[in-house]
Amino acid sequence: MAPILDAQGLCKKFGAVTAAWGISISIEPDTVVGLIGTNGAGKTTFVNMVTGYLKPDAGAISFKGRDVTALHPRHITQLGICRSFQIPQLYDSLTVIENVVIALGIIQRNSKSWIFARTPKIVPGHNSEIWPAAEKVLERFRLSEYRHSPAGVLPEGVRKLLDSALALAAKPEMLILDEPTSGVSSEEKFAIMDTVMGAVRSEGVTVLFVEHDMEIVSRYSQRVIAFYEGRILADGLPADVLGDRDVRKYVVGGQLAIAPSEDGARA
Amino acid sequence: MRELLALLADGIIYSSWLFIIALGLTLIYGVMKILNMAHGSLYALGAYAAASLVGYWMGHGRAPMASYGMLVLAAIAVGVVAGPLIERGLLRFMYGRNEIVLLLVTYALFLILEDVIKLIWGVEAYYVSEPYGLLGSFDFAGLTYPVYNLVLIAVSIVAGSALAAVLRYTHAGKLLSAVIHDREISVAMGINVSRFYLVTFTIGTMLAAIGGALTAPTVSVVPGMGVQVIVLAFAVVVVGGLGSLPGAALGALIVGLVRSAAVHYLPQVELFSIYVVMAAVLIFRPKGLFAGAEVRKI
Amino acid sequence: MTRADYTIPVLLAALAILLVLGLLLPKWLFLLTLALGKGLVVLGLMLLLRTGLVSFGQGLFYCLGAYAVGSLGQFLGIKEVLVLLLTGVAVGSLIAVILGLLMAKYRGIFFAMLSLAFSMIAYGLLVKTAALGSTDGFNVAPPTLFGRPIGGEQHQYALFALACILVSVAAVLTHEYLRTPLGRLAPAIRDNEIRVEYMGASVRNAIHVKYVIAGALAGLGGALVAMTVGHIDPEMAYWTTSGEFIFVAILSGTGSVIAPFLGSFVFEIIRTYAYQYSPNTWQLVLGSALLLVIVFLPAGLWSAFSYIRRRT
Repeated sequence: MAPILDAQGLCKKFGAVTAAWGISISIEPDTVVGLIGTNGAGKTTFVNMVTGYLKPDAGAISFKGRDVTALHPRHITQLGICRSFQIPQLYDSLTVIENVVIALGIIQRNSKSWIFARTPKIVPGHNSEIWPAAEKVLERFRLSEYRHSPAGVLPEGVRKLLDSALALAAKPEMLILDEPTSGVSSEEKFAIMDTVMGAVRSEGVTVLFVEHDMEIVSRYSQRVIAFYEGRILADGLPADVLGDRDVRKYVVGGQLAIAPSEDGARA
Repeated sequence: MRELLALLADGIIYSSWLFIIALGLTLIYGVMKILNMAHGSLYALGAYAAASLVGYWMGHGRAPMASYGMLVLAAIAVGVVAGPLIERGLLRFMYGRNEIVLLLVTYALFLILEDVIKLIWGVEAYYVSEPYGLLGSFDFAGLTYPVYNLVLIAVSIVAGSALAAVLRYTHAGKLLSAVIHDREISVAMGINVSRFYLVTFTIGTMLAAIGGALTAPTVSVVPGMGVQVIVLAFAVVVVGGLGSLPGAALGALIVGLVRSAAVHYLPQVELFSIYVVMAAVLIFRPKGLFAGAEVRKI
Repeated sequence: MTRADYTIPVLLAALAILLVLGLLLPKWLFLLTLALGKGLVVLGLMLLLRTGLVSFGQGLFYCLGAYAVGSLGQFLGIKEVLVLLLTGVAVGSLIAVILGLLMAKYRGIFFAMLSLAFSMIAYGLLVKTAALGSTDGFNVAPPTLFGRPIGGEQHQYALFALACILVSVAAVLTHEYLRTPLGRLAPAIRDNEIRVEYMGASVRNAIHVKYVIAGALAGLGGALVAMTVGHIDPEMAYWTTSGEFIFVAILSGTGSVIAPFLGSFVFEIIRTYAYQYSPNTWQLVLGSALLLVIVFLPAGLWSAFSYIRRRT
């Protein structure tokens, strides 16, 4: 099957720091892939390049066979890739349901032909189907009880859920979650992932998620890609990657200096 | 050639005036990130205070030459009184709010000060021409200029250099540079940012007042004289870069010369030319010709 | 909708009340019509404020709308009120379409300063244009409606009624616009532009459209005011005029499309009486009121209304 996302030879430098040395990744449709790596390893840079926030210095990215390398984030969203953010990006002064309504409104506008997209509908009562649709989204993400709370006062876990809900509202074919459970208490992590994955997987959406919690990674991903210093350290089944000794050394176990005796005594 | 020299002379005189006015504004913005719409009113306060002080001085038959000292004294008085009053009494409570909110707060302040001036000094015009004529005049490029204009140029150079020297060479100046760069880190490092804000605002007010005081002998001091000044100061500061001292100098020079050229060759565009330059800079180099401390968000 | 939206019924009721009021209090007609005209400018400003942008240059469109009306009358003898009003809208929109291409790239203080610069450019030009009366400006003759006179001393009520209908239409259209997907983007852009882009919408486009609407409204307001007052001058483009509009906008808050007109009305009353009784303190009053609103009621007076309404 043709890959849904194909990145070839991505390079990105920030001054003296190289965040990506020729990263090449192919993602199959309808799969769940976990991206792991220490801070600064290049995971978020990769995500930012795919979603159009950063332009790679070299290399190409294609989505469903179409070159998306230099596209602006909003075009990439329109093509079918949505993302959530490490720090949830919400409309803090608007209520939860209003946040979703905005997302749905944009999709609705973008989906009509260009004439209709540009003329505001004057008739009162238009867009009445948006609010029930927003309620449905809230239901799937178990956010219904918060519908009238301003997004700015929500607890972190709920903010994360809302962030993912907004990304999904666009019904993307590929969803990228950037640290969906960071900053959230351990009990909530699984609840959040269950909710998000439950809402997503029934639609056959391809999911990429960046995570630091290895339990989450092993539980939810079908494939794991480990980053280290701008390169891919390992790529494969979760059990294999998480068990890989380099991955253990550089990613899972952290980048502590290793004493010579330990080095020689590797299993 | 003579025409050109006259144009240059006019331009430089006007530029010096602009520089003094703009210096305080850019300083306050650079340190406190506040674009002070009341700057023109502080300028007017300086003019009125100077008019009163010199009027009193001369009225008691004192030495006319000392009236220059009176001008400066008036400006310092305004700075020392109005500055802390405004900063401690109002602005202090608004730090941390959005920059536009602060802009509107200073706009409210402008409205208030305009009437405060009317309440204190009434609505008739004040004249304080003695300092202007005292030093006589001199000839340059076939035209006669009052020596007073040289005083203007001298003060602008002194003020600019003094401020630059303080920023660069004194300990306090270096701390101020740190505050300009990043308020939060400065606080974390133990710098008394609050005190720096107070001092900066006071100095900025003093500079505005000096501009007004020095202008007082050349015009009739009337209500509303500050209103035009605000936009001129903005234009200069925007051209040079918000928060940049050398920028204020360059901006003043450019705006002053452009306006002088307009006055000499095409008087109809005099007012319009200044704002065209301002708009042009905002369009092509929004950070100003010297990248200031402000980062605009696209 | 999650909350019942009473704006349109309230608007229609207000319209009816106003029309009756105008009949009962003829002395107030001038003030009311003026307030309605200026309220239109503030309505446009409110739209921009909701998007997080403060324009210190709405006076530009206001002034150009007024001068368009004056010029049509002065130089082409056109007095038909509907044509004049339409011209006001057209001029405001056209200039806003052009300037908006640039303005949509800026935010915060730079947006404010650039808008101020453009309106001052217009001021500078008008002040030196002898054909348009320089600093004095010139008078605008009362218009006609399908040949019958309207406005002026004799027919104030007719112009007032027309203004009421105009304003109601503008308010309804703006209200509905704010409920379209693009209109709803205003507070979203204010809160988090990046998120809006990531949702697939163009922030620049959205801002451009809102800027044009604000310009059109301001041009319309300027046209109306020109006909009501009977005189136009470059002062309309001076930055302090724009400042007044901002003042009213802050005072009224961004809660509802009715708010700008209420605020404008309150402002005109205060201005008239404060000026009469104490011309040297009315700016002091304005400034203090503005400060109070900023400090204690950041959402403007309208929020005080809504707060009370929700409690009862």
